[in-house]
Amino acid sequence: MALLRTEGLSKRFGQTLALDGLDLDVRPGEFLALLGGSGSGKSTLLRLVAGFEAPDAGRILLEGRDLAGLPPHARPVSMMFQSYALFPHLSVFDNVAYGLRREGVARAEIARRVAEGLALVGLEGTAGRKPHQLSGGQRQRVALIRALVKRPRLLMLDEPLAALDAGLRERTGLELRALQRRTGAGFVMVTHDQGEALALADRIAVLEGGRLAQCGTPAELYERPASRFVARFLGAANILEGRVATDGLVEAAGCRLALPHDRPAGADLAVALRPERIRLLPGTPPATNAATGRLRDLAYRGDGWMALVALPGGTELRVALPVDAAPPAPGAQLVLGWPAEALVPLAA
Amino acid sequence: MRRHLLILGPPLAWLLLLVAAPLGILGLIAFAEAGPGVPPFIPPLAWEGGPVWQGSSESLATLLADSYYLEAFLRSLLTAFVTAALCLLLAYPMALGIAGARPGWRLPLLLLVLLPFWTGFLPRLGAWIGLFRDGGWVNGMLGLLGIGPLRLLYTEAALHAGMVHAYLPFAVLPLATALLRRDLALEEAAADLGATPFTVFRSVTLPLSLPAAASAFLLVFIPAAGEFVIPDLLGPPEALLVGRVLWSEFFQNRDWPLAAALALALLVLLLPPILLFQRLGRRA
Repeated sequence: MALLRTEGLSKRFGQTLALDGLDLDVRPGEFLALLGGSGSGKSTLLRLVAGFEAPDAGRILLEGRDLAGLPPHARPVSMMFQSYALFPHLSVFDNVAYGLRREGVARAEIARRVAEGLALVGLEGTAGRKPHQLSGGQRQRVALIRALVKRPRLLMLDEPLAALDAGLRERTGLELRALQRRTGAGFVMVTHDQGEALALADRIAVLEGGRLAQCGTPAELYERPASRFVARFLGAANILEGRVATDGLVEAAGCRLALPHDRPAGADLAVALRPERIRLLPGTPPATNAATGRLRDLAYRGDGWMALVALPGGTELRVALPVDAAPPAPGAQLVLGWPAEALVPLAA
Repeated sequence: MRRHLLILGPPLAWLLLLVAAPLGILGLIAFAEAGPGVPPFIPPLAWEGGPVWQGSSESLATLLADSYYLEAFLRSLLTAFVTAALCLLLAYPMALGIAGARPGWRLPLLLLVLLPFWTGFLPRLGAWIGLFRDGGWVNGMLGLLGIGPLRLLYTEAALHAGMVHAYLPFAVLPLATALLRRDLALEEAAADLGATPFTVFRSVTLPLSLPAAASAFLLVFIPAAGEFVIPDLLGPPEALLVGRVLWSEFFQNRDWPLAAALALALLVLLLPPILLFQRLGRRA
C-alpha cells in the first residue's frame, strides 16, 4: 500500500489553479522529491496534506485512510517549514519537546528522546539556547529534529536547504538523506533545485502547472524525460523538433537523426539530446547523428565548458565540452556528433 | 554639525519651550510658599542685590504627611490599573478578531474602533450620563423587566464604564498591529506538531503577544492615572483621584504650590511605567 496517495487532487486560489487533478503515490520509506518551478503547486500539495488548506476536489489517503476532515493537529504527518518556524520564545529543548508534550509522553521519556534527537544532528550542547542564538545551519537541524522526534511515518520538507549557504547545502543534503535512511520515514521534499533532487531522492515527481509531468527515479527522468518540460527542466536538454522521413530517419534542425527504434514515417517528433552526450568530431561529419555549426558563445563551468553552437538552420545546440580539451575559438566551425542512444523521443 | 542643528533645532526649541520650561516653572512653584496676590504664591527665588532663596518645601511635606493625598494617589493608581486591565481583556479578543478577519475587512474594523474619536469627548460622556441616570435608558429598560430603578450614575461602575470606553482604542491599536504582523507559520507548526487550536493559542500566540499586551496596558494605565474629567462627571463623589484633588487645590483652594507638588509627584510615580513602555517599544 502506498504511504501517501493523492487522487485527483485540485486546489484553486482565486483565479489560479494551484493543483489540477494531481495523482501521486509516495511509497513507504522512500525519499521523494517534488520538483517544479514556482507556481507549480508543490508547496500547495504539502499544505493540503498537512491540513492547512482544504482541497477543492480529490482525496488524500495516508496508508489507505482518507484524511479529509481531520484538522492539522490530528494528522499523523510532520512538516518542516521553509522558514523553519522555530518558536522564538522557547529553548531548543522545548522546541524539540513541543510535539512530544502534545502527545502526553512522560517527562523522562521526553528528555531522553530530545537528547537522542539533538545528538543525532550534532546539537548536544545547544538544548538551553534560544533559536536566535543559533546559526542558520543549527536552526535548520533543530527544525528537522523537531519534526522527526515524533517519529512520523511521513515527513514533508518544504525547501529544507534553500536558506542555507551553498557550501553547507550539499553536506546538509547528504546528512538529510542519511537521517532518512536511518529513521525509515517517508520523506517528501519540495525543491526547485534539480541538482538537489537528482542527488538525494529515490524518486522525483516533476510538477508542472499543478499536474504531474513525470515521476520516476532520477536516472529515468534524466535519461528518459517524457516531455519537453521535463527535458528542459532537468539538465537543460537540447530539443530538436523534426519529422520522420520515409527512410525511417528523423529530419530535424538540418540534421538526420538515427534513433535506436524506428518510427512511423511522416510523424512529427521532438527529440531530447543532452549537452554532455555531444562530442567534437575531427574531419568531415558522418551522414547521421552529426552536425556542423559555428561556435557562438563559450562559458566556463569549472568542470568544463558550455558551448553554444549555431547550426545552419538557425537552431542552437548547447554542448558540454570537457575541461581538459583546449577550447575552440569563437566563430570556429565545429563538427558535432552523438550516439544514437543519446536521442530521446519525447511524448509531449 | 551645523546641519544637524538646523534639523534638530526646531523640535529642540519646541521641547524646551513647551515641556522643559513649564516643568521647570512647575518645579519652582512646588517649592514656593502660598500667598495672597496674582499669582497666588511668593516666588521662591528673589533678587535683592543677589539671588535670595525664600522658598519652602512645606507643600511637599504636606503631601507626605497628609494621608488624604496618599490615598488619592493609591486610588488613582488602582483605578488606572483596573481600567487598563479591563481594556486589555476587551481589546485582546477584538484585536485577535481584526487580525484574523479577511484582508478586506481589517481596515473597516479598525476604523470602527476609532469611530468614537470622530465625536467630541464631552458629548460622549454626556451620552453615558443619559444612559446611566436614574430616569435614563438603562433604568428604562430595566423598568420594563420590572427591575429598579437602580442607582447607576456616580458609581464606581459608571466611572469604569466611562474610563474603558475612552481608553479602549489605545489598547486595541498596538495589539491589533502586533497580531497582524505575527508569523502564522509558527501557529501552523504548532498545529502540525499536534497542538489543538486552544493549545496553539496558549503556547504560541499568547506568549508571543505579551510584549504588545504590556504596551497596550501601559498605554492605557499612564494617561488613566491622571484622568480628571471622567471621574468628575461619572464617578462617585467620594472617588477622590489625583486629577480631581489637583483641580480643587488649584482652582478652589488656590494653593498653587500644593497643586504643583501633586503634579510633580504624579509624574515621578508614572516614570517607571513610562520607562518600561519605552523599553518595550525598543524591543519590538
